[in-house]
Amino acid sequence: MSTYYTKDHEYIRIEADHAIVGISDYAQAQLGDVVFVELPALGQSFGTGDQVAVVESVKAASEVYAPASGQVSAINDALEASPGLVNEAPQGAGWFFKMTLSDKSQLASLMDEAAYQAFVASLG
Amino acid sequence: MSSAQGRPTAIGESTKKHKVSFTGNRGLQMEEPLIFEGGRPEVSGVDLAEPEPFAMRLNGLERDTPMGLPGLSEPEAMRHYVRLSQKNYSIDAGLYPLGSCTMKHNPRLNEAMARLPGFADVHPLQPQQSVQGALELMQEVSHWLMALTGMSAVALSPKAGAHGEACGMMAIKAAIAARGEAQTRTVVLVPESAHGTNPATAALIGFTVRPVPAGPDGTVSAKTVAPLLGPEVAAIMLTNPNTCGLFESEIVEIAELVHQAGAYFYCDGANFNALVGKVRPGDLGIDAMHINLHKTFSTPHGGGGPGAGPVVLSQRLAAFAPVPFLRAQGESLQLVEDAQGTQAFGRMTAFHGQMGMFVRALSYILSHGVDGLKQACEDAVLNANYIKACLSDVMSLPFGQRPCLHEALFDDDWLKGSGITTLDFAKAMIDEGYHPMTVYFPLVVHGAMLIEPTESESLASLNLFIATLRELAFAAKNGEVERFTSAPHYAPRRRLDETGAARTPVLRWSPLQAQG
Repeated sequence: MSTYYTKDHEYIRIEADHAIVGISDYAQAQLGDVVFVELPALGQSFGTGDQVAVVESVKAASEVYAPASGQVSAINDALEASPGLVNEAPQGAGWFFKMTLSDKSQLASLMDEAAYQAFVASLG
Repeated sequence: MSSAQGRPTAIGESTKKHKVSFTGNRGLQMEEPLIFEGGRPEVSGVDLAEPEPFAMRLNGLERDTPMGLPGLSEPEAMRHYVRLSQKNYSIDAGLYPLGSCTMKHNPRLNEAMARLPGFADVHPLQPQQSVQGALELMQEVSHWLMALTGMSAVALSPKAGAHGEACGMMAIKAAIAARGEAQTRTVVLVPESAHGTNPATAALIGFTVRPVPAGPDGTVSAKTVAPLLGPEVAAIMLTNPNTCGLFESEIVEIAELVHQAGAYFYCDGANFNALVGKVRPGDLGIDAMHINLHKTFSTPHGGGGPGAGPVVLSQRLAAFAPVPFLRAQGESLQLVEDAQGTQAFGRMTAFHGQMGMFVRALSYILSHGVDGLKQACEDAVLNANYIKACLSDVMSLPFGQRPCLHEALFDDDWLKGSGITTLDFAKAMIDEGYHPMTVYFPLVVHGAMLIEPTESESLASLNLFIATLRELAFAAKNGEVERFTSAPHYAPRRRLDETGAARTPVLRWSPLQAQG
């Protein structure tokens, strides 16, 4: 099981037969209290970098982009009633959606944990 | 025991915790309940005769329960609204440094002119021959807006900035359709430094938005725009000066590239106060731009009077301006209401726009004169740069010492490690009697604080504001964290629970349950 990150602070965690997408701990901290998450539709297909979700906090609304191309296989319904999960456990219960990857080789262009932590540190 | 407002009169834990006085008032600052909480159903401010008997024609659909009107005597109703009005903060009460909003003084002369019966008491459905003076005023406003912007046509009817954006983009869409490219030109470029309404407008009109990144200096370069252009691009929407308060210095090159690609150039004119009399947008290659009369031309904002967002159009778009528009017919003026036989894209509003705002804007323009308009613009820019210069040693600038235009932008780098955020700092300003500046916008700057003083402030007023912000900045740096994180301390309400309000909104008032 490994996790990759984008420069826009989405993460994608690879599990046995699917991948889980959400926003990083750094992203939730920057956004502040999350009050609404708009999730993609089940079965929706998208390409890398397509806008797939919107996360809204007391400060701002931000787009969430697909870290890789594929299809939505599950969405986190719990976020509708409890958007605060994104703040409490962004990489746990605050996940956005699960997807099937159309091309695993795309992951090579993303950052691994160490590279992402270094990237975040460079943002100051 | 309860007071007339249903508040407990006995001194208990809850009253001790929430109140500073027995009544909840602070000095003469009244703790005003909602009108429904204060009313009694049996009371009325008017004494009307019983209506004559009449036959009910609602077939049993008439309501069978009372409407629940609050029931107040005339003095009670009057006090309620006067007290609410006293809670309102406005430019008439003090400095209002809300960046990107141009909160400037509305000269009283404007108000006197707008109340002249010949302007105030006309009706939009009156015969046009009987309102020739009002139409002439509209033509005079149009003349000035075109002269100051160097553009060929103006649509007066849009009611505010975003409505003006929609009007300009619909004119662009109509022009593209007239060229037979409606199906192929579907993309609109919007820089990150543009106003947030720009991408929303483009999307609403049915375009796909393609973002343009801003450079490290906060502006958009022609080099960045060039590769994003193509036969699918309908327009670019640029804000100049942009939301960082910076002049987009490559705007002419960008306009040339956009035109070469067969697209149109929309400019968000919300920040036109920094350019009036100095730069004509038409000379920069702009095809459409809205003008916020309630910003640049001093007419009131929001509750003080409706906004107005006339759109000026270049020669390339002039034919597509919406109806109604003015046309001279012999000695008289006529409002053309029918789009048939013209290329007008349609209409934006039922009538001709905000007459009262046209009167105020013309009053502002004529009373200032060309030299005065230019002076106002220069003073607005000078004031912003004065604030920037006087605070740059204690606060941090995202784009270095480069001069700004009408507004000074700071980031939160200087608060790093203090435990105090931009929001905390803004709340502490309320305790000092200042309406906070715009915060967390533009998004491209971390913890942004955007200050727009306008030309309305005197040197003494600016100096007091600057001294206050400096004192607060020193307090923040000296570790007086509590002063900020629990601010405001002296406002009628303390820090509001924005998260709670957004996560579990209470959208409808309902009566308090009677307490035993």
